[in-house]
Amino acid sequence: MNMKRFGAGALLVLGMSLATVAQAHRAWMLPSATVLSGDNAWVTVDGAVSNSLFYFEYHPLQLDSLQILSPSGEAVDAQNRAKGRFRSTFDVELKEEGTYTLQMHRQGVFAFFKMDGKPTRWWGRADELDQIPVAAQDLRVSEVDRRMQVFVTRGAPTNATFMPSGQGLELVPLTHPNDLVTAEPVRFKFLLDGKPAAGLSGVLIRDGIRYRDRVDEIALTTDGGGKVEVIFDEPGMYWLELEAEQPSQVVEGAKRRLSYSATLEVLPL
Amino acid sequence: MRWKGATAAMLLSVSAGRLLAGELSVEVEIPALRVAEYHRPYVAIWIEDERGRHQQDLAVWYDLEMKNNEGTKWLKDLRLWWRRSGRQLELPVDGLSGATRPVGVHRLTFAAGEAPLKNLLPGQYRLVVEAAREVGGLERIRLPFQWPAETALQQHKQGQHELGRVALDMKP
Repeated sequence: MNMKRFGAGALLVLGMSLATVAQAHRAWMLPSATVLSGDNAWVTVDGAVSNSLFYFEYHPLQLDSLQILSPSGEAVDAQNRAKGRFRSTFDVELKEEGTYTLQMHRQGVFAFFKMDGKPTRWWGRADELDQIPVAAQDLRVSEVDRRMQVFVTRGAPTNATFMPSGQGLELVPLTHPNDLVTAEPVRFKFLLDGKPAAGLSGVLIRDGIRYRDRVDEIALTTDGGGKVEVIFDEPGMYWLELEAEQPSQVVEGAKRRLSYSATLEVLPL
Repeated sequence: MRWKGATAAMLLSVSAGRLLAGELSVEVEIPALRVAEYHRPYVAIWIEDERGRHQQDLAVWYDLEMKNNEGTKWLKDLRLWWRRSGRQLELPVDGLSGATRPVGVHRLTFAAGEAPLKNLLPGQYRLVVEAAREVGGLERIRLPFQWPAETALQQHKQGQHELGRVALDMKP
């Protein structure tokens, strides 16, 4: 495969120049509700990339890779998709009782390089790396695996959509993410490629940053079993993110950067 | 030996007879509110144990009249009840679901040995009344009691904004 040729040659060199590609902004989805009752239930979801949570201030979220899984495992279509200046939006009809998982999972390779002195960005699959011109200079490559999720439940919460795929970072609900209330311990387990994701750090940030002087983020570290436990003092919508980094197995010398993010609603008891 | 067995059986039936005699009455006052937009509150009434674990629903009042069961859309606003019980139910439930009530005092009486108290084991419990109002707030009142009642017991608490006086009247 071309990737191999590429890997054997150029990648050894670019290994030296791999730099951290900082994620200055946060990508998120914000559902209108996570706990729903009634026979005719819908949620509308906003998606954006921004600094502050949850404000529309930078870019709309690209919805190309959006997947919606029903409680019985059916793929559900997002309806009324629209993209505005600062946010994207779509609706989901919850025809089944139980928990829906809304997900964007992006896997691939980011490359930054210069062509004739001009900075260029490239995104694609690892086996498409040969699309990068041989003349590219200052090539920096990193493999990326980003998963972003939102959960919404009509009726009683269900667990069928949490079956791990074994790819990237995944959440296993020891506490169901649509059953979060203040003052009760919440426990999640995280997997990295299907195995317990031990020693990862993450954050939880409550909405409404604009109306307080401190971000008040809750720092998380997974234990040896990939588990975290947290007790929420304040109800609200929380943005959760965990990150991991390891050597790439598909691009020699490159790093593989993984992230898991979710928007979680904590209700008052 | 036989004689002993017969005594045990008699004692059992005696104590069962005592259980059957008890009665639990709940009075819930829906207060008159001076608000621009008023909707009758959704109300759930249930029994929990001392640790807050749900034991038995007694009533849920919601908008039953709406077409296509649409009144169930706001049942999740009865936040605690929805989490402890409502989300597990197929509504409406006979003997449990009822229409929202107007301003005034509403009395419900439940007899021991009959549904919904039939399976309530002797012990310490709390009556919980939760009210949630469209474009309004939520209020929850708890009153502890022992089941079955040894003596007549009356107690009440005054609600602050969504509920008026809530009273529990136990008769042995």
